[in-house]
Amino acid sequence: MLEGLLIGLSTAFSFTNILMVIGGCLIGTFIGMLPGLGPMSIIAIMIPVAISIGDPSAALILLAGVYYGAIFGGSTSSILINAPGVASTVASSFDGYPLTRQGKAGKALTVAAIASFVGGTIGAILLMIFAPMLASVALLFHSAEYFALMVVGLSAIAAFAGTGQVGKAVLMTLLGLIMATVGEGALFNAPRFTMGIMDLQSGFGFITLAMAMFALPEAMYLVLDPGRSKTKDGGEIKDLRITRAEAREIAPVIGRQSIQGFLIGVLPGAGATIASFLGYAVERNIASKEDQELFGKGSLKGLAAPESANNAASTGSFVPLLTLGIPGSGTTAILLGALIALNVTPGPRLMIDSPEIFWSVIISMYIGNLVLLILNLPLIPYIAKVLLVPRTFLIPFILFFTLMGAYIGQNNATELLILVGFGICATILRFADYPLAPLLIGFILGSMLEDNFSRSMQLEGGIGFILERPMTMGLLVVAALLVILPSYRARRARLRQQGIADGD
Amino acid sequence: MALDRWIALIILMISIAYGYTAFFTMDAQLPPFMQRNPVWPSTFPKVLSVLAIITCLSILVGFEKSGDGPKEGEINYRRLWDYNIGQVGILLALMVAYAIALRPVGFLAATTIFLVAGSVTLGERRWHIMIPVALIATVGIWYLVQEVLGIFLRPWPFFLGM
Repeated sequence: MLEGLLIGLSTAFSFTNILMVIGGCLIGTFIGMLPGLGPMSIIAIMIPVAISIGDPSAALILLAGVYYGAIFGGSTSSILINAPGVASTVASSFDGYPLTRQGKAGKALTVAAIASFVGGTIGAILLMIFAPMLASVALLFHSAEYFALMVVGLSAIAAFAGTGQVGKAVLMTLLGLIMATVGEGALFNAPRFTMGIMDLQSGFGFITLAMAMFALPEAMYLVLDPGRSKTKDGGEIKDLRITRAEAREIAPVIGRQSIQGFLIGVLPGAGATIASFLGYAVERNIASKEDQELFGKGSLKGLAAPESANNAASTGSFVPLLTLGIPGSGTTAILLGALIALNVTPGPRLMIDSPEIFWSVIISMYIGNLVLLILNLPLIPYIAKVLLVPRTFLIPFILFFTLMGAYIGQNNATELLILVGFGICATILRFADYPLAPLLIGFILGSMLEDNFSRSMQLEGGIGFILERPMTMGLLVVAALLVILPSYRARRARLRQQGIADGD
Repeated sequence: MALDRWIALIILMISIAYGYTAFFTMDAQLPPFMQRNPVWPSTFPKVLSVLAIITCLSILVGFEKSGDGPKEGEINYRRLWDYNIGQVGILLALMVAYAIALRPVGFLAATTIFLVAGSVTLGERRWHIMIPVALIATVGIWYLVQEVLGIFLRPWPFFLGM
């Protein structure tokens, strides 16, 4: 591990890579602060830039920097103007915005920055310990287990990521998988489902789809409902200091929530949003009576808990990505797509084949957290001015960047028409409360899932591989339970509401 | 019928068409030597189409409770006409026009017009700010993409060569 750490240090501390972290964090903070633009949209927009860098570790470092920056920026806007840019920072606005109303915006931002820093750092340390362990176990996996593991990942995402409606999330995952089969597959040199359209020969573009699923619907929502981007004044921010007593008060909260957040982040499908809400709820429940009264009215503990939890969870979500090659959240799914575009396949072999990528990403997490703490915090009063950009300028630029992102990847104008078409579909799906992240994750995992499925079929000469390998069987049973149990329980709860007895 | 069921119905039809292709038409083109393989290009799509059809049906028959109205902060599609749907339509049309015009008109003119037209659609009337901002951004981004990232973007209209 020490050896790897040194490789990582030497890669991450090159001049360009440090610039990448700093640049990524700043860009992420800037854009993440704009209401409605979450890390997923920003990373999707940044991917063409990252890919054209060419060096996979630099690209991943840049994107990771953007990711942390965006989360930090999201908390800034939820603290300052009560407009969380991201779902995972909604919990931060519960106590952050009341603090701003009391004139303690500076203090709230400092607490948020420190909590994020500690959460991110503890997360990175845990990642360093857990990832190699998990990767060495994962080396024992065959295609069949990989297939089963991806099915587990997809069903976990469908079960947890949706809005409680598992059926819809499962359907979106399947739709993503179906879309992944369009075009020429790796194992069969025959075009499939292209309907004779030449532009579909190589399948749908992943960046186009990512833009259409996240960036475009967000922009459409901003246009439809101007209230979403309402920017009150950016506000004067002063007095960034916190007292020693306050530091002592929040320290245990941050410690607990960093670890809890990381563990939640490792689970596929859970991610930063659940971690932050759960962190907030847990801290409120274990707080003393008088502290409990303060929650929701500007408690520093209530702000520190979701902040440290969501940062630790975002770090935790890198564990399945880097060790198994299975993304646990929409954001890591986009990162996975970017890595594949750069000819790097994340998975247990990543640590052996290209240790410099693995370790430099981990080291860049520390650097990214440091950058956020020492560079962004003093700059926040100035960065917050970006909230004053009028929406009449903002929205055309967001639309332009989505178009550009889809265009420069392929240099193909048809891609733009596909983007607009899918964007409209995605907006309609969002109206009806269909979750979009499972679709994209399904799309990205689709070809890998099929390859592993086909390979195990070929090795075992048929579908029998499921029965012959106990581990595959076990994993598939877990996957089925993950999908069936929540819908069964929801149905039973509904029946009970109607006064119908359970009847075992 | 609520919107989410309509969507399920549409996806159901897509899955049936997809499944029909996978089950009945795809294998006809399969070369004979590949037919001895235990797995065909149509194997995985067959599994997917069956699963998708089952899931669509379960949503259609309402096995799971559909959403109880929009949540706070979400857009209520039943009152879509209360929102700025006209602006959305114009912006989407602008994006399509941009996609079609980008090659023949060239990046610089197309982008500047797109940015200005987008701002105007959203109700901006300060031309003296709008046009310089759009021009600077366009030229700046063109320079970044072309020179720094090294990706070719045709800057001028088709009749100017390049």
